[in-house]
Amino acid sequence: MQLFGRKMPLRAQIGLAIVIINLLAAIFVPVIAPYPEAEVVGRAWAGSSAEHWFGLDNLGRDILSRLLYGARLSIGLSLLITTLSFSMGVFGGFAAAVLGKAADMVLSRIVDLLLSMPALIFAMVVLSVLGTDLIVLIVTISVLDATRIFRVARALAMDIEALDYVEVARLRGEGLWWIVRREILPNAVPPLVAEFGLRFCFTFLFISALSFLGLGIQPPNADWGSMVKDYSALIMLGVPAVFYPAGAIAALTIGINMLVDWLLSINTVRR
Amino acid sequence: MLKLVLRRAALGVMTLWAASVLIFAGTQILPGDLAQAVLANNATPENVAAMRHELGLDRPAVERYVEWLGHAAQGDFGKSLVNQRDVAKELAPRLYNTLFLAVYAALIAVPLALVLGVLAAAFQGRAFDHIANAATLLAISLPEYFLGYLLIKWVALYLGWFPVLANVAPETGFFGRLYLSFLPMLSLVLVIIAHMMRMTRASVLAVMASPYIEMAFLKGLPKWRVVVEHALPNALAPIINVVALNLAYLIVGVVVIEVVFVYPGLGQSMVDAVSKRDVPVVQACGLIFAAAFITLNMVADILALVSNPRLRHPR
Repeated sequence: MQLFGRKMPLRAQIGLAIVIINLLAAIFVPVIAPYPEAEVVGRAWAGSSAEHWFGLDNLGRDILSRLLYGARLSIGLSLLITTLSFSMGVFGGFAAAVLGKAADMVLSRIVDLLLSMPALIFAMVVLSVLGTDLIVLIVTISVLDATRIFRVARALAMDIEALDYVEVARLRGEGLWWIVRREILPNAVPPLVAEFGLRFCFTFLFISALSFLGLGIQPPNADWGSMVKDYSALIMLGVPAVFYPAGAIAALTIGINMLVDWLLSINTVRR
Repeated sequence: MLKLVLRRAALGVMTLWAASVLIFAGTQILPGDLAQAVLANNATPENVAAMRHELGLDRPAVERYVEWLGHAAQGDFGKSLVNQRDVAKELAPRLYNTLFLAVYAALIAVPLALVLGVLAAAFQGRAFDHIANAATLLAISLPEYFLGYLLIKWVALYLGWFPVLANVAPETGFFGRLYLSFLPMLSLVLVIIAHMMRMTRASVLAVMASPYIEMAFLKGLPKWRVVVEHALPNALAPIINVVALNLAYLIVGVVVIEVVFVYPGLGQSMVDAVSKRDVPVVQACGLIFAAAFITLNMVADILALVSNPRLRHPR
């Protein structure tokens, strides 16, 4: 199997398969989910059976269906946030790299300030004031994430800007916007794709951690993190339900990591 | 040299001050009135006005910030909005618990990561290296709480070696604490060890490719001496950095792990306070965590300066 004109090793193929399965599940939930997300279909904590593969949860809802809807929420939210933070981070990072010393100074200091605290602590401070609203969650995490992407994008753009072909374009009289769009951006895409995968993982784990702490997605909606929280109390009684959502989180993260490892390795070969 | 270290320390103090501004701004100046939030259903205009006055929200933000910082510097974090108790007194034993857990985890994780990383580098491409590589990838990918529950399931419930809940009390003795907090400690170690070990392996391997290492081999030194005496000292700077980074990461890990094991630490207080919107407690916890994070980063940079002469003379 080939991608980007290179042969994929087995590990990358497994990673890609995991990612595709998860995406398909997230897109086609209403078709494949056997029961509605919030419908009570039987006794609480009923074990797995032919009708309910993973059993029922604390209110008697089908765990498999909730997992599938959780996939949609977890993955959709992480994609949205990663896209937002990438737009901000790449734009800011490129601006800092090409607009000269003063702009770089201002943007970098702002980012340093936001990076002076662990993201989780900062997010918790914001959530304590603004409440655990979905919009607040999305904006807070996007901004915090954008700071990390800013650093990567800035470093990349600075490296590329120092190369001869950018100098040639400049001497030819091309404008700044043209140079960013036609020279810097295309050459920054492969490493940025790998970074996108890593950032997606980070966001995904971050949201699930917040939900696990009860500060992320609020009921009646559920993502995988809040499912872990809901099902965790039962582990003492030997109900294994907590391992389905936690395992789903782990599987997706491992899959993305395997794919990204390969993407990073072909990037370094190319240089 | 001393000048560089002092400059870095001053930068650390500046950063801490900036973080305090950020925490204060995050909880006070942002939209969403605190008085309204605290009163929730009882938020009649008169109640809100009274509450605003009581919380000092009717005074300028800068004035309140200076007052808050001044008190915080003297260890006075005000009173909890939920139960009116003194925040500093409530948090002091919890801070001790959290520090105990974090230091416990760090003392086990750091030496173990260094030894395993150097071994993986020494046995590059052999079975040990492959197993370590796969295991660390797994540990990096799993969320902290999943590791915690796996340990609860297998070590606490199945084997029955350790208690499920790490409910240490103030009167618990030192060894009792070590025993009760063993599983939380182990989860934290698993969370941070993987990254440190991979980095150690990578930086030792990077140094191993340089000509002076080949020279050491060619003059007939045994492999362990080349790795430990020639490669390790030069690989130390990036390793110190990643160790400090992971110790700073302990701060985040500790919040989640404390909730998993119901360990009475600072992280759990903060999570509780956030869901109850108990702002003084959140501010106090946030400030303590930020201070720990900034201090660790500062120490890392200073240690890197000391261990790598090249950084002392920037081009």
